[in-house]
Amino acid sequence: MATISAPTDAQGSHHEVEPGHPPTSTGLSNEKVAMWAFLGSECLLFGALISVYLLYKGQSPGNTITPEDVYDIPFTSVSTFVLLMSSLTMVLSLAAIQRGDHRRMRIWVLTTALLGATFVAGQVYEFTVFIREGLTISTNLFGSSFYVLTGFHGAHVTLGLLMLLSLYVLSLKGRLPTERAETVELVGLYWHFVDIVWIVIFTLIYLIP
Amino acid sequence: MSESHTSGTSTEPGPVVKTTPEEGGTEHHHPSDREYIKIAIILAVITAVEVVLYYVEDALGGLVVPSLIILSLAKFVLVVLWFMHLRFDSRLFRRFFVAGLLLATFVYLIVLTTFGVWTR
Repeated sequence: MATISAPTDAQGSHHEVEPGHPPTSTGLSNEKVAMWAFLGSECLLFGALISVYLLYKGQSPGNTITPEDVYDIPFTSVSTFVLLMSSLTMVLSLAAIQRGDHRRMRIWVLTTALLGATFVAGQVYEFTVFIREGLTISTNLFGSSFYVLTGFHGAHVTLGLLMLLSLYVLSLKGRLPTERAETVELVGLYWHFVDIVWIVIFTLIYLIP
Repeated sequence: MSESHTSGTSTEPGPVVKTTPEEGGTEHHHPSDREYIKIAIILAVITAVEVVLYYVEDALGGLVVPSLIILSLAKFVLVVLWFMHLRFDSRLFRRFFVAGLLLATFVYLIVLTTFGVWTR
């Protein structure tokens, strides 16, 4: 049976895979390849949810609540800004652990989690206001497609928050050495993905009339 | 585990990332913290412009929707290329992500067109 070894460069050194990682047929980390493949598949999930929203847009009966009745653009703009800045703090935490600066990495990870929690809290508040104004998931097609889309996104952000807190605890316990910086990178890729999904949602769902 | 306690924002180049010659890569650096902050400022400014466009919709008319889509696309690309490092990492990652993205875009554009969303 042929053995598989990692591709090498002119100097004969392995690339991409981290120290201690077994060689892979691509020379790249399997976990990172899997994460990118997963994110590619997530595009299809959110594509479906956004398409359903667009499909049902304006199809609700005229006497029910419409987006214009409930959207609070200034509030959602601040939430969007908060999530964008959490992407910055996430990438700063990755840069910190790659430099071996674990203390700063923990600060940035915690900041990212706080910003993410602020975003989720904002979404919960928005849902509460909408429900008080009479828009529930079963009110009309707008309510159904809106809550399913933004709810799925909120669930993804919440999952990301749990991952961030896990990173923080692992680092505190000393189980996240610099050699395992890729773990932070993988969580970061997921976090940035939920950010880019929100970039699309904010424009297509909230801003475009 | 050794713990570093440096203070301040690093302006040094990020760590070297290598991709295999088969992947068309060469040795290069991830951006520095300062570059990440610059990208974040650009993202914030684009978001502010988007919100302003929303409020001046009546004045700009038909230009608003294309402008919003272009600005949103710019933010998307900036995050993917810089924060997710697709600009610097192996092409294989880019292929995986772009394949999913293009598949989703084409499939759902066909669905929406089939249901006549654009002609309502």
